[in-house]
Amino acid sequence: MGRADAAASGGFTLGMLIYDTRYRSLTIQVVFLMLFMAAAAWLVENTIENLEALGKDFSFRFLGAPAGYDINQRLVEYTNQMSHARAMLVGLLNTLVLAAAACVTATIVGVLAGVLRLSRNWVVARLMTVYVEAFRNIPLLLWILLIFAVMTEMMPPPAAFRGEAATSSMLLFDSVAITNRGVYVPEPLFDRSLGSVDLGLFLVSLDLIAIIAAIVAAVAINRAILRRAAAIQNLTGIRPATWWQSVLLLGGIPVAVLAALGFHLGFPELKGLNFAGGTHLRNSLIAMWFALTIYTGAFIAENVRAGILAISRGQTEAAFSLGLRPGRTMSLVILPQALRVIIPPLISQYLNITKNTSLALAVGYMDLRSTLGGITINQTGRELEGMLLMMLVYLVLSLSISGVMNIYNARVKIRER
Amino acid sequence: MKKSALLGALTFAGLVAGTASAATLDDVKARGEVNCGVSTGVNGFSAPDASGEWQGFDVAVCRAVAAAVLGDPKKVKFVTTTGQTRFTALASGEVDMLSRNSTWTFSRDNDLKLDFVGVNYYDGQGFMVNKDMGISSAKELNGATVCIQTGTTTELNLADYFRVNNMSYEPVPIETNAEAQQQYLARACDVYTTDASGLAATRASFADPENHIILPEIISKEPLGPVVRHGDNQWADIVRWTLYALVASEEYGVTSANIEEMAKGTTNPEINRLLGTEGDLGAMIGLDAKWAMRAIQAGGNYGEIFATNIGESTPIGLARGLNALWTQGGLQYAPPFR
Repeated sequence: MGRADAAASGGFTLGMLIYDTRYRSLTIQVVFLMLFMAAAAWLVENTIENLEALGKDFSFRFLGAPAGYDINQRLVEYTNQMSHARAMLVGLLNTLVLAAAACVTATIVGVLAGVLRLSRNWVVARLMTVYVEAFRNIPLLLWILLIFAVMTEMMPPPAAFRGEAATSSMLLFDSVAITNRGVYVPEPLFDRSLGSVDLGLFLVSLDLIAIIAAIVAAVAINRAILRRAAAIQNLTGIRPATWWQSVLLLGGIPVAVLAALGFHLGFPELKGLNFAGGTHLRNSLIAMWFALTIYTGAFIAENVRAGILAISRGQTEAAFSLGLRPGRTMSLVILPQALRVIIPPLISQYLNITKNTSLALAVGYMDLRSTLGGITINQTGRELEGMLLMMLVYLVLSLSISGVMNIYNARVKIRER
Repeated sequence: MKKSALLGALTFAGLVAGTASAATLDDVKARGEVNCGVSTGVNGFSAPDASGEWQGFDVAVCRAVAAAVLGDPKKVKFVTTTGQTRFTALASGEVDMLSRNSTWTFSRDNDLKLDFVGVNYYDGQGFMVNKDMGISSAKELNGATVCIQTGTTTELNLADYFRVNNMSYEPVPIETNAEAQQQYLARACDVYTTDASGLAATRASFADPENHIILPEIISKEPLGPVVRHGDNQWADIVRWTLYALVASEEYGVTSANIEEMAKGTTNPEINRLLGTEGDLGAMIGLDAKWAMRAIQAGGNYGEIFATNIGESTPIGLARGLNALWTQGGLQYAPPFR
């Protein structure tokens, strides 16, 4: 068919898909989409084909089978007779604990280092520069391995604490033992424990709930008192003294609850081959936690510094002229404004921490990667299923973190009126 | 239309290319070397020597296969694998065979779609402790910190053993033998557990081997042997019968010293068939007549390989025990070459 004839008659020809600017971009998009779908289909097809060639099926039934292996750090009850799914849960909780702890400490370290790097004190500012540049420019894995090696090679074994001629001793009134197997610290114990409640997946201690409830109640009552004081101040100009009420409430209520539960500390002591009692922070946890903290802290420090520098100098000068001291200027004027700049990159640092916990395998920390992605895959031979499941879990985890942080960001970001 | 036809052709070509090839023998011949998965370094079994040459009891199996198939025991590419990566490396085709003290179990043979072609070392799981702990039995290990390589059968045996004996322990999961050794020597764990042969090999590399004892309890059966992918029977047969050729040659007294002499023909028809002077066994598994002769020449017969790598005259000092020939009260037994 002749294109000129068709164009003249106003009809549609195939050639117009390429030569007519009205349709061209659509054509390109459709072709690209087709290519993309073909590539995806090829990947799936190829996987199915190869699985068939190996005689393997695709099934998640292995999650119900007994795991058979032990996990040293357990936040929920677990024995080697429980299922692979349970082992995965134990690993996931270990991942979450490590990520949460590292996020908190990295933020503290990062904010401190970021603020101090802008200090007028030459030594402090230079020291922080050295910290930031040294830690963020050396791979995280090396820091993890270094700290782990220091812990295992330099610290004394439990045997060194034993006998008359002990070469090592415990710290802080015999409450903390630092060994090459980790750090043992006192654990909270309750004489009149309320027991725990079964949530299906795991047990939750009622003691913990009671303590949290007491603290929340104390804070709530304290707020009401402060609000009342503010109301009186607005009305009469005189603020009633409330500090003793606050101290009584915030200190008294939690202490009273702890006393009612019969709270005391369980100290670690040498029993048999190892320390028993107390809480055992394993070397692997310490190495991961510490390394993630100082490494990510260095990045956060730079975010914080950038955020502070983004606030114009006039703000500081204005605050000074109102008579605010430097500390209050920072906490009341500069940081709240700087948060707008700091939060978005902070989100990605939190995501980095969460994903970097998967390096735990290097020091044998039993996180999700080591349990589901390591031992389970290896014992069951379900590489594809295990990897897909693990990717899904990390994806959900990261999306949740970024969702929550985005809500926070929406609250602190600049509101245009 | 043309475009989609081209796309279809491309997709098809990709599919064909992506499908795992079943004929390992052809791949190996085309490549000119055998890719052999070994451990990351266990003295006596598989470890590079001072000049970087891989040496050891497991390595010798790879070399024998390379000699049988390609005519040169040096034509092996050694790929190091950890307890966690070994089976994936084999299943994905990265290696043609594994020879790295892997235990033959039902689920590995069937569920992982692998084929264990034989047993080159009958082993069992043991425990090693420092002498100064004053421990003489594994039953006294309650509360101990135990170093263990993850992704191994020993990990599961350990869990079972402590559960059955009502004892508690603290597992320290570790990736490679070298790391485990380091942790054990730093006394970050009280006990190191793995196959007894591996313990002996590890202990031999210590500065003070006399201060470490291997406890008398052997808590499991660990038949260790070479592994190939399931479904390629020809390749499995080659690896299997290469191993048997090494065992049979010890039984018939064929050694690397007298093999040239024997290859000229002997009065024993079994030896003649093995060395290819009689019959055509080689053709039956797709190789030439002298395949077994070359395999034996690579490192000697089974007994010679054992003696030079892990035997009693070496630092590792393992006795033949279960691994003696069946004629001497052991379990090593080759089916007839007929």
